[in-house]
Formats: sequence, structure tokens, C-alpha cells
Amino acid sequence: MSTHTGTNGDAGAGAGPSAAGAETAGAPEAAYRAHFRVWRGDAGGGGLRDFRVEVNDGEVVLDIIHRIQATQASDLAVRWNCKAGKCGSCSAEVNGRPRLMCMTRMSDFARDETVTVTPLRAFPVVRDLVTDVSFNYEKAREVPAFVPPPGLAAGEYRMSQVDVDRSQEFRKCIECYLCQNTCHVVRDHEENKAAFAGPRFLMRVAELDMHPLDAAEESGLDRKRTAQDEHGLGYCNITKCCTEVCPEGIKITDNALIPLKERAVDRAYDPLVWLGNKIRRRGRDT
Amino acid sequence: MTQSERGQWDVVVVGAGGAGLRAAIAARESGARTAVICKSLFGKAHTVMAEGGIAASMGNVNSGDNWEVHFRDTLRGGKFLNQWRMAELHAKEAPERVWELETWGALFDRTPDGRISQRNFGGHQFPRLAHVGDRTGLELIRTLQQKIVSLQQEDFRETGDYEARLKVFQECTVTRILKDGDRVSGAFCYERESGRFFVLGAPSVVLATGGIGKSFKVTSNSWEYTGDGHALALLAGAPLINMEFVQFHPTGMIWPPSVKGLLVTESVRGDGGVLRNAEGKRFMFDYVPDVFKEQYAESEEEGDRWYEDPDHNRRPPELLPRDEVARAINSEVKAGRGSPHGGVFLDVSTRMTPEVIKRRLPSMYHQFKELADVDITTEAMEVGPTCHYVMGGVAVDSDSAAALGVPGLYAAGEVAGGMHGSNRLGGNSLSDLLVFGRRAGLYAARYAASLAVPPQVDEQQVDAAAAEALRPFSAEESAPGAGQPGAGAPTPAENPYTLHQELQQAMNDLVGIIRRAGEMEEALERLGRLRARARRAGVEGHRQFNPGWHLALDLRNMLLVSECVARAALERTESRGGHTREDWPGMEARWRRVNLHCSLADPSGGLAATGPERGQITLSRQETPPIRPDLLALFEKEELVKYLAEEEFHE
Repeated sequence: MSTHTGTNGDAGAGAGPSAAGAETAGAPEAAYRAHFRVWRGDAGGGGLRDFRVEVNDGEVVLDIIHRIQATQASDLAVRWNCKAGKCGSCSAEVNGRPRLMCMTRMSDFARDETVTVTPLRAFPVVRDLVTDVSFNYEKAREVPAFVPPPGLAAGEYRMSQVDVDRSQEFRKCIECYLCQNTCHVVRDHEENKAAFAGPRFLMRVAELDMHPLDAAEESGLDRKRTAQDEHGLGYCNITKCCTEVCPEGIKITDNALIPLKERAVDRAYDPLVWLGNKIRRRGRDT
Repeated sequence: MTQSERGQWDVVVVGAGGAGLRAAIAARESGARTAVICKSLFGKAHTVMAEGGIAASMGNVNSGDNWEVHFRDTLRGGKFLNQWRMAELHAKEAPERVWELETWGALFDRTPDGRISQRNFGGHQFPRLAHVGDRTGLELIRTLQQKIVSLQQEDFRETGDYEARLKVFQECTVTRILKDGDRVSGAFCYERESGRFFVLGAPSVVLATGGIGKSFKVTSNSWEYTGDGHALALLAGAPLINMEFVQFHPTGMIWPPSVKGLLVTESVRGDGGVLRNAEGKRFMFDYVPDVFKEQYAESEEEGDRWYEDPDHNRRPPELLPRDEVARAINSEVKAGRGSPHGGVFLDVSTRMTPEVIKRRLPSMYHQFKELADVDITTEAMEVGPTCHYVMGGVAVDSDSAAALGVPGLYAAGEVAGGMHGSNRLGGNSLSDLLVFGRRAGLYAARYAASLAVPPQVDEQQVDAAAAEALRPFSAEESAPGAGQPGAGAPTPAENPYTLHQELQQAMNDLVGIIRRAGEMEEALERLGRLRARARRAGVEGHRQFNPGWHLALDLRNMLLVSECVARAALERTESRGGHTREDWPGMEARWRRVNLHCSLADPSGGLAATGPERGQITLSRQETPPIRPDLLALFEKEELVKYLAEEEFHE
């Protein structure tokens, strides 16, 4: 039922929504046509395609991508689910910045500004805005799971709120992989991917390490050491790019990576701790 | 025809939300080689949208809580239409299922003495919802996802292969359940990324595909909610029940238009948010129905006191079950007392400090700030009803989650019917996923292990499924000859996005929150015409990650379930829970024991019936077994007479 025909192509000349309702909540912005450039292609190559597309009041970049799909390019590939910043599916780069498309409002851009949408750069393209994020699933598998405390049955767990606050902050992560995409250790260095888990999964190590009841240490698993030795914590030089792009506002660098580094360092340089670990490890391992 | 890739598994789970993952864990732990197949990436399921919490009568905040109280609340919420055995199992097993999550690493919010905190919610007598702020669904999914990974790590240590006994096929879709005689033999699937087809052979298939909200225009549901499991079950010969009961969540965002329908968690009301109309009146006090009069406050003062002293006051009516609140909001707006954008005001800023709001409702704060420029710590939100959940689903055996009539088929979570009766209480969904997800996985594994020889995949069915899935690529050639005036000229292909929008509009306008016979008849006609046009849904491009193609295939499912909803809603001449008839406003005791079963009109599993009048669905009435006496005894007689027919007391 959209009445907009785009004849004027700009600044709402007579093309506004009908006068019904809404006068008390501030005048609604009239629809306008925006210039979008969307990367289209696949592993074999591709390029930016131009679209002129209608934008209505309150819309986000994902709405516009959907409108292009419904009216101009039915096979435009894009991932999305919740459209509410909760699932982390619609990650892309908007004007070069890693963003969730569902949380990027069109009102952030000037009406005459060209909006360029490209796939996440650190991962191989599958098609259009969809990338192969399997790197992240491989890294997730390499982080040893929560170790339940022996002798404590389900229902007997007692933890105080203040002790779970920090790990809860990390569990807000929606796995949008924007941090993985933006981290300079891997963004332009494919060769580092094998040895580096990336901010998301180093934060996962930190989360488990700070879990008040995780019994990894008792089971002979030193999470701090593995962060350093197996997940590449040493590559991180705390430039905080990951924190900047996190749509959940998690302080990845300050609250997860730096404390993990500090503790990993303590562990590595404290001969007593080192010795104690060595002895216990020998007793428990095969 | 096509040489599809094959794999043989003991159990295939369709869907990787809470129910699917819990089923997969149970199946794998029972020794079954288990495959999970899901439309999105692993960990992105719709369950992450669940905000408020998991209902389980642990009694951590009010020690008066126990499974009997939870059972009672659930039956009241469902207006006594629930499969009572499911409600019983659910209430009894929910606490164990929540505690178990902690042993897998979940971190719930805590009480001062270190136990799992529990919050108030609509229809629950005591604070009962285990939660993590307002992102409980995310915690649930992440915990189950990480448990799956830990099982894969175990398998890796043992076999050198992470996927030896538990594999996730992400971004893949099932379009047909395959059968050997009357038994399940596997699933026909395509991979979204490449478009290639493959077959997962298995004696047991667990459907855990969630709901149907994408058939409605204003919905809190994501694109995945196209009723796939409902349709797969129908096509495999299993009936659906209770399809007329669709839950409209009372509080969805209504402004700006691009976020219309987005969920505003019930926790806002659970934590003290009040509803007001444009005149500033707390209107819910005018909408407490007779059956709930004894349990809800009569004045604002009493409702306010309840937050501090719940033992001596009754709860405010903002915490009535969702169907009641949604209807009330609808009435207020209709009476001209709505907010500027056609909803009502929900205000939490008067009862909590900004700090507390940000801590307890962080994602609501974020959502309104980022998407609507509204600061909920100082302003009221504008909200209105949004299609949220379908109570109806596959008719299952209460204990085993086995679908009726199709050996080897199981269903759990939103795709299963019966547990919630005519209306689901908030928080009872996440617990449902865990309780019945586990049961489905367990019984699916047992059934698979009991067969000496697995059922065989029928090549003809594979070929037919492949042809059906490819049809959108040659839509223009397949223009039907029948009924074409200008015979010879091929009808142009239909745009699947346009068809989808028309379907959503029809369901929204004609089978929505308030229903009338004439409108539902019109809906059935429109669905018939859309069905004929959907056969010509065509797509551009190729099979590699092509959303237009995926939508064209999903349309079949949405049309099937929409017809179920419309037909069952037209048939049920009463109002109950998530089914409100303007022309039949009363709740009738004689309807309480009636379940409407939807099944495919063409029992061969084809989709031959495309005439608008006949449709694809036939209805039958089934009487539910009487409620077990010891469960009935949990209620006072005075309450039961409001729901049960006189003769039921003498059985």
C-alpha cells in the first residue's frame, strides 16, 4: 500500500505517509529514496551493485536490504533472524564499519549519503553478504567445556551474584563475530588464524576461568596456560578494536583479555605455582 | 533422477532451538548416533528471543511453591484444555531440568543466599521464573550449544572425530519426512549454502521446529517460524491439535513501523510495570474475568502492596495470563483510549530506579533506546499485541512425545500441541522445551535401538521430494492449464515475497486476535487463491544461498498451517484462551474436552486438493480423556464448576 512512487526521488515531496495518527509523537519523517551499494558475488568474485530504494521513518539497514530483496533482487543472500540485536546473525560492514544491520538505523546517515554494505572481511565469502564463519565454530570446539565440581549434585550449586557478575557479562555475547572480524591479528593475516582463537573465544576462556564453580584446575586443566599456549592470547596487543565493535557493549579487552593476560603471566613467572602445577599434573595425567 | 548424498543416523532432530538441542543431548547420551539439522547457524535459534525466564517451581524465592501449584497455574492459564498429563510431567520435571543446566555451565541470576533467583510472571502464583536479566533464552541456547560441543569433545577424545556420534547440519532445511510403509525412514533436506540435496536416513525423527508466527504480519517471530514441523508432520500423516489457539503477546513494540511486533518482555510487568491508557488510567482492573476474580487485586493500592507483601495481598491484574491482557489492550484501543500510535502505555519508570531497570531489563533498555529513541528509565513505552506463539501443534503421546499414528516421529517444544491448552503462561515455554525435548530425544533413541533392521529409504519419495523442491526454478513453464481463460499463454511466475506479504495480511486481518465467522470464511477463500498462485511461485538465480527460493518452499508450509488455524478457528464456536470469537464470546464447558484434529485431506501425502472450497485440511473432533481424579483434587470444587461440565464430576 505504499504510495511512494519515487518521482521526485528526494526529501519527501508530497510522498509522506497518510495523515492518519501520529501527530503527537513528533512529525513522522517522510519516505525518501536512498542510494545503496551492496556487494554481490561469490567466492569466484563480485562487486558493488547500485540500488535506489525507499526508506521509511525508523528503519534500519536490514529493512532496506529486505526491501531490495523483495522488490529488486529476490536472490540477494543475507543472514538474519531476530531483527532485534539478540541473535547476532546479520553482521556485515556498513560503510566499512563492522555492524549488526538490524541495529544500524538509517537516521545515522544523511539522506544523500551513499550507504555501502559489504560482507565481513575476515571470513571467506559464500554469496553476497553471507560469509563462511566456520572458523568460529572450529575455535569454539577447541575451548574445553565447563568442568562441573565433583561431589556437588544438580540443585546444590550456590554462588553469589557478585561472583557471577563478570562471567555473566561475557555470556551476554551473541556470537555475531564482529570482534573476530575486526581483530587485526586475523583481519589481514590469514596465517594467524590457526594459532589464534580470537577475542570471542579468549573471552570464553576467561568466562570459564572466572566461573566460581568451574573445576578445571582440580581436573588438571590450567585455563590460563592454555589461553597463552593453545589459544594465542599472546598475539593480542590490547588495541581494543574488539570492544569498540561489540554490539552488546561487553568490555572484552578490559574485563576479559587483560585480566586473563595478567593471570597467565603470574602463572608463567611464579615458580612456586609452576612447580605446584607440575606436581599435581603428573599425579593426575595418564 | 538426482543422486542425493546419503547418511544413516539413529535419530535425526529437526531444529536446533531449546527443544531440538535438549532432544539431541538426550538421544546422544542414550547412545544414539544423532544428527541435528537447522535452518540457521548453530546457536542462532529463535529461543534466543525468549527473555523473561524458565518457569520451574524450585521455591527459591517463595518456599510455598511446588509442582502442584505450578500445575494448577498452568491449567488455569490454558483454561483447562491442556493435555493434563503433559502439564503434570512439565510441572514435576521442570526444576530438575533447570538445575541440570547449571551443571553444564549456565549462570542464572542469584538470590541473596546464592540459589537461582526467580521472578514473578503473569499467571504464576509465586515468583517462579529462573532468569538471567532479560536474556534468559540466550543463556539457555548457549548452555545447550556448549553442552553439545562438550559431548563432541568427548567423542573427539575417543574417536578422533568430533562428529562421530553427534553432528549439526547447520543452515540446512528439511522439506519432507520420508517413510517406509507407515514408519519414518528419514528426512529429505537441502543445504542452503550450496542448494544441494541430501538424505538423512533414520528410524527416528524428532520435530523441534518451533512455531508459525511468520504467517502473520505483526509478529515477534523470526523468518524461521514458517510452521515447517507442523507441515512436515501433516504431510507425513500425523494430525495437529489445538491449531485455533494462537497467542498474541500483549506487549509488542508498535513504533517505529519497522520494529512493529518486536517483543517487549513480560518481565517488565513481572517487575512492576503498569499498563495505562491515553487517559492515564490503569485499565486492567476493569478486565479481570470471573474465573480469576479471587486471585487478583481489586484496587491499585492492593496491587501495589502485593510487591512488598505477597502473602497478604493479591497480585495486580497486569499479571493476568497473556490472552486476557492482550484482549484488554485491544478493547482499550478500539474504544479510542489508545496511545498515539495505536497501543497503550507500559511504564516501569515509576517503580524502579534507572539503575535497577538497566540491571534487570538491560535488553529492553537497549532495544527502546537504540530502535525507538525512548528511554524506558524515564518514559513509558508504547505497546500493543503481537503474534507470539502457537499453542497448537503435533498431537503427541504425553509421556514419549511420539506423534500419533506415525511410528518413529516425535515432536517437542512449540511444534508439539497440547501442553499449554488454549493459552500458554509466560515462562512455560522454556521449561516445556527442556522437559519434552529431553523426553523426545530419549524415546526416539529407545525406539531406534529397538529395531533390528532400520526402515528403508524409498527412492521414489526422494525423487518426488527433489522435483517438488526444484519446481520454483521452472515456475513459468508449469502454469496450470485448468481454469486459464487465455489458454496457451503461460501465466507469469509469482513473486514469493509478494505472496508471503498477502498471506500475512490475510491472517492478520481475518484470523487475528478477535475473530468472526464471515472473516474466517473469507480467509479460507483467500488462502485457496494464494495456494493456487503459490504453485507458480518462481525465483531468479541459482540454487546457491538463494533466499527467494527458500521462501518459495516455505510458502507451502505457511499455507498449510494457516489453513489449519483458520479452519479450526471457524469450527470452534466459543471463546477460550488464544481463540476469541466476537460472535461466540462465551467459554462453553461442552467445548472443554473437544480437541480439533487437523489432518491432510489427501491422505496419500500429496497436495492434490488445491480447490479453494475444499482446501487441503480436514477436521475431526476428538474427546480428551477425563482429568485424573488426584489431579482434579488439587482444585476447589467452586473453581472447577467454572470450567467443567456437570457430567464430568460424576465420571
